[in-house]
Amino acid sequence: MYPADLKYSKEHEWVKVEGTRGRIGLTHHAQHALGDVVFAEVPKVGRTVKQMEAFGVVESVKAVSDVYAPVGGAVVEVNAALESSPELINKDCYGAGWIIVVEMANPKELDALMDVKAYEAFLASEGH
Amino acid sequence: MSFPEQPLKQTPLNAAHRALGAKMVPFGGWDMPVQYRGILEEHRAVRSQAGLFDVCHMGEVEFRGAGAMPALQRLTSNDVSRLQIGQIQYAALTTGAGTFVDDLTVYRLADDRYLTTLNASNIEKDVRWMREHSKGVEIVDLSEETGLVAIQGPRAVEILQKLTPVNLAGISYYWCARGTVAGEEALLSRTGYTGEDGFEIYLPLQRVVGLWNALLEAGTPAGLVPCGLGARDTLRLEAKMALYGNDIDDQHTVLEADLGWIVKWQKGEFIGREALVRQKADGIKRKLVGFEMVGRGIARPHYPIVKGTARIGDVTSGAPSPWLNKNIGLGYVAIEHAAVGTEIAVLVRDQPVAARIVQTPFYKRAR
Repeated sequence: MYPADLKYSKEHEWVKVEGTRGRIGLTHHAQHALGDVVFAEVPKVGRTVKQMEAFGVVESVKAVSDVYAPVGGAVVEVNAALESSPELINKDCYGAGWIIVVEMANPKELDALMDVKAYEAFLASEGH
Repeated sequence: MSFPEQPLKQTPLNAAHRALGAKMVPFGGWDMPVQYRGILEEHRAVRSQAGLFDVCHMGEVEFRGAGAMPALQRLTSNDVSRLQIGQIQYAALTTGAGTFVDDLTVYRLADDRYLTTLNASNIEKDVRWMREHSKGVEIVDLSEETGLVAIQGPRAVEILQKLTPVNLAGISYYWCARGTVAGEEALLSRTGYTGEDGFEIYLPLQRVVGLWNALLEAGTPAGLVPCGLGARDTLRLEAKMALYGNDIDDQHTVLEADLGWIVKWQKGEFIGREALVRQKADGIKRKLVGFEMVGRGIARPHYPIVKGTARIGDVTSGAPSPWLNKNIGLGYVAIEHAAVGTEIAVLVRDQPVAARIVQTPFYKRAR
């Protein structure tokens, strides 16, 4: 449920390093806790986000949740498919349900994130 | 001053919910299932087949004795004297200002015996209010010993009929009958909170698990699924059934809530009547309306409703409609902007998103 090649935030986002870029999405835990995702609001390409800044919103039938940037940088890609198919976040949270790609401003920020073992331990410590 | 944290109350079905994989949430002091497989799937099952709901958290209070009818006439806005034995009505438990202490259903069980069904989070407050404002009547709170399960949807009657000798076709909407279900004595009430046909089944709390399992077993081949509070909320919203604490409360009157049909002016004195008579003469200044989102966004409770730059009201309920595939909501708006067809906007994260006031209910089942 938690791929080993990703880094994880305490707000339940993942980032996949692709050269100087970071692809960002929500973890299995996050999408499961939300339930059916029915709406996603993503930033425009070109916007700059800081690490752990709220850059978007996902909504399930009952809940509204901010999405935080696990690493900062300029947004270079957004997943346009989420506008008409937000359920991709439930169906394929590490694949077709990705949210944005940033050109990382400072790759050292990755050091503040958790690897898969640490994230699984974090989930366990939160009682999940 | 600090209050000790109250542990959440559990219905007898708590373990059954967990075994079915439910996600549990606190609701009105209770640990209740919000969903099992998913709100969208559960909602659609109720509209197309059937759903099963644990509503044991609801309150049940009986009024007994010769004073029962006069007491309920004084406490509620509807006309209890019109009820025949076995008949049910929806009513407001009104404050002196004509606002809601709660909303409730009133059942006439016998000549001098009535059952009222109350919202879970209001039970204590309601019982205190009822006792303070009536005399010559025995008011018995049966909430702790009464179980309640709802089966709702176009196939609900067919499923329930397999478990009871009572001729369900003979019970009309908002009528009830006593009988056995899965071998247990129960009160079968053709009511619900989903906009679908179906029954709510009252029986002793310790019999609930057996009934739940029997219904699931009998209904699963017909598409019956367990449903949580999430689907219950979107179902009732599509049917524009008010939710206490969201759409109705002690700050908005029965007339403002667009529930004038439960106010019976000719029946005589009741608590709040004077205030409502005055408000009716003066005209209401705001009204609960239904709207659908035209722009991209979901309205949520407390979001402001605007017309141009003017704030004209607030959202009280809002959600995606799983059946109609649009985003819908309810809210109070200033009366001059309350007409069907009025273009409004809802502030979603401070950004105006276009919306339009529409006819309600949003969903009405074919009969």
